[in-house]
Amino acid sequence: MTKLFSKQNLYKTIFVITVYLTVMLMMNSDIIDSYLFLNLVSIGINIILAVSLNLITGFTGQFSLGHAAFMSIGAYTSGILTAKLGLPFIVGIIGAALVAAFAGVLIGGPTLRLKGDYLAIATLGFGEIVRIIGLNWDYAGGAMGLNDIPRYTTWTWLFAMIVITVVVISNFISSYNGRAVISIKEDELASTSMGVNASYYKVLVFSMGAFFAGIAGALYANFFYFIKPDSFGFMKSVDILVIVVLGGLGSIRGSIISAIVLSLISLSLQGIPSLRMVIYAVILFVMMVYKPQKWFGKLKRTIRKEA
Amino acid sequence: MELLNVNGLSKHFGGVKAVTNINISIQQGGITGIIGPNGAGKTTFFNLLTGFYSPSSGEITYHLEEVVTSKRLKPQKMAKYGVARTFQNIRLFKDMTVFDNVLIGYHCNLNYGLLPSIFRLPSFFKGESEASQKVSELLKVFNLYEKKDDKARNLSYGDQRKVEIARALAASPKVLLLDEPAAGMNPNETRDLTKLIKWVTDEFKLTVVLIEHDMSLVMSLCDKIFVFDYGNLIAEGTPEEIQNNPAVIKAYLGGEVLAQAE
Amino acid sequence: MERIVQQLINGISLGSIYGLVALGYTMVYGIINLINFAHGDILMVGAYIGFALTSIFDFPFLPALLISMLVCGLLGVIIEKVAYKPLRGGSRISALITAIAVSLFLQYGMMYFVGPESRTYKDVLPGTQVKVFGTGAVIDIKSLYIIAITVSLMLLLQFITKKTKVGKSMRALSEDRDAAELMGINVSRTISYTFFMGSALAGAAGVLVGVYYSTINPLMGATPGLKAFVSAVIGGIGIIPGAVFGGFFLGMVETLVSSLGGSLFKDAVAFLILILVLLIKPTGLMGYKNNEKV
Repeated sequence: MTKLFSKQNLYKTIFVITVYLTVMLMMNSDIIDSYLFLNLVSIGINIILAVSLNLITGFTGQFSLGHAAFMSIGAYTSGILTAKLGLPFIVGIIGAALVAAFAGVLIGGPTLRLKGDYLAIATLGFGEIVRIIGLNWDYAGGAMGLNDIPRYTTWTWLFAMIVITVVVISNFISSYNGRAVISIKEDELASTSMGVNASYYKVLVFSMGAFFAGIAGALYANFFYFIKPDSFGFMKSVDILVIVVLGGLGSIRGSIISAIVLSLISLSLQGIPSLRMVIYAVILFVMMVYKPQKWFGKLKRTIRKEA
Repeated sequence: MELLNVNGLSKHFGGVKAVTNINISIQQGGITGIIGPNGAGKTTFFNLLTGFYSPSSGEITYHLEEVVTSKRLKPQKMAKYGVARTFQNIRLFKDMTVFDNVLIGYHCNLNYGLLPSIFRLPSFFKGESEASQKVSELLKVFNLYEKKDDKARNLSYGDQRKVEIARALAASPKVLLLDEPAAGMNPNETRDLTKLIKWVTDEFKLTVVLIEHDMSLVMSLCDKIFVFDYGNLIAEGTPEEIQNNPAVIKAYLGGEVLAQAE
Repeated sequence: MERIVQQLINGISLGSIYGLVALGYTMVYGIINLINFAHGDILMVGAYIGFALTSIFDFPFLPALLISMLVCGLLGVIIEKVAYKPLRGGSRISALITAIAVSLFLQYGMMYFVGPESRTYKDVLPGTQVKVFGTGAVIDIKSLYIIAITVSLMLLLQFITKKTKVGKSMRALSEDRDAAELMGINVSRTISYTFFMGSALAGAAGVLVGVYYSTINPLMGATPGLKAFVSAVIGGIGIIPGAVFGGFFLGMVETLVSSLGGSLFKDAVAFLILILVLLIKPTGLMGYKNNEKV
């Protein structure tokens, strides 16, 4: 990472542009129909959610079980701004990101002293509180939710947001800030004695993670027309955490690939409701006991060595 | 010139008196030793010196670039003030590379900011290359450069110790606090470490304070020694004076420990 | 005045159920440092077993309760052996996700087999109402049954932990695992007993919930499970009396909030209290601090 205009960056840029244009082409020629696009949007949103959670939990070691709450806050903010106040999408997205980021500060700040399980429980509690507030907030539709949200999410918006999320978080990680947060995860005490202000960084990553989750929420709201508080509950937070763990805590690439794979699995199981969840549970269990993510990591390393 | 002044320092945890009425003055330059039986309060003393504990009573005053007193001692500020430490149980970042471990030591000198990090502005590249250079130099000096990309957990114990010291030095400190640096080392490793500490003190113009149980290291390195026992300071002096001090001998239950050091 | 007595009894019955389930959480956490997310769903299984026994096989109340407790206890042991034991020594996140997986498995497995509709319990407890002397308050005798049974079970647990060998092993293990092992305590067996007892209590709670609230469904364990977990944290997770205290505390507060007209928010109350406790005294109202050595 020594130069801005390096060969690696050039390849990455070409790859990104290629993906964008390919999908664009496929959409224009109807190879990707509206059903496939729906899948694409779900996958894209999960990528943003996974990468942003990875920043908090994977890199900084802050166990968060309430990430979906930030998505919810973003979704509702954008929903209200675009549907109720008729503002354009850019306002919706920025509003969603900022309000969610603020919520990130609200949760990151008070929980600074908490570690491990206690932090997990606190974030879970926070997520539930957000959900219950949503259920009782009549202006935003209460339990019935908010509907008639204008569909503004296009491939361009989605892709742009994914790229921004990945680039910003990657750049953060490969700077002194990134090293600082990783050192906090490794050994907070030693990190502090080397001058790292752990409190500042913990609040910062919560806020940044929430920022992007908020964007994901806005993309969600302005695609699916309709949101309700229960869409963003504890189970959604768990889903995102599972994606992050499978892809490898502390691996952005892993989160992206894992988001794609798990979203596809989930979508393919849509047809069988109860059994689907049972299968999902079994997959989770197998993942944890047999740790395919470790093989996955080895696979990545072997591929890189060959290259 | 006095660098560190400790005046009437005490720390209690409920009923437990960890350290009581410690009066220590450390001059700039040179190596000072802190010895004493286990549980004497030595590490507590270090924790007080580095802001991890706040004193129950008494004062700590550093005369560094600025005068820093106990009120302003916060753990994350110590590196900036110029005080770096190592730990009794080596606290390296196990899953980070040797290079990155030492790079964290440099953290307090890096402040190109959040936005340049994200947007890759010129100050980012400048800061990173300065840091890399400094770390590379340090690693070469410690003979660890070939291992720079190894994960810290894969190093030998002796090498891990060296990395911890290198990390502390990356902060460009004026004061280096070493907590039992020779713990778990065999005599050969201890001899190498002794030479390393002496060299580092002279080369980087440091003031070193170290806690140790290994008397050969203490007696050969330290200009002055303070002896703790049950939280009290029971003796201070040069190595010769300490070896012949009856109170010290009594605290260690017999002169064999000290006699072996010669 | 009648209202107050009624609400008091309601709060105590609710609290005692939370307490029963909280005990299971706290015992497991104390012994293997795991938040057993599947625990609330064991309550659900217990409720269904009770339902099957009373409605289909016409068992009377007490035998149904005892059998349900036994089956749930065994279920807990099986879950531990199959799902949690392989992950002992692994990362916290893995263990947590596994617990969530087990929870989902139980919930949706049950839904797959018996269908998602709610079922109604047969009336196995007298539905009579009793006048509380002098106050004119009228309460369901069911509430008294619940309180009597839960208190008996708690006392039984107290007896087991304090006086029996198993109980002592449990306490030793939760204090210092290595020392306990070195003293010859059979870790695996003690863990199994712990799961058995905790799950049996959850099973009992399930039957009591079914009897009291009449309807059951496969997802019924989630919310009480979470709330019981909150109770355990309030009292101090890993501390047995704390679970009981936390349970009654939460039960009373929830009933109070509900009776003051805030029934929509009573669920939020649990989590608000949780966060307050975590911020002010994370080790719980009855807990002690565990400082990290520098």
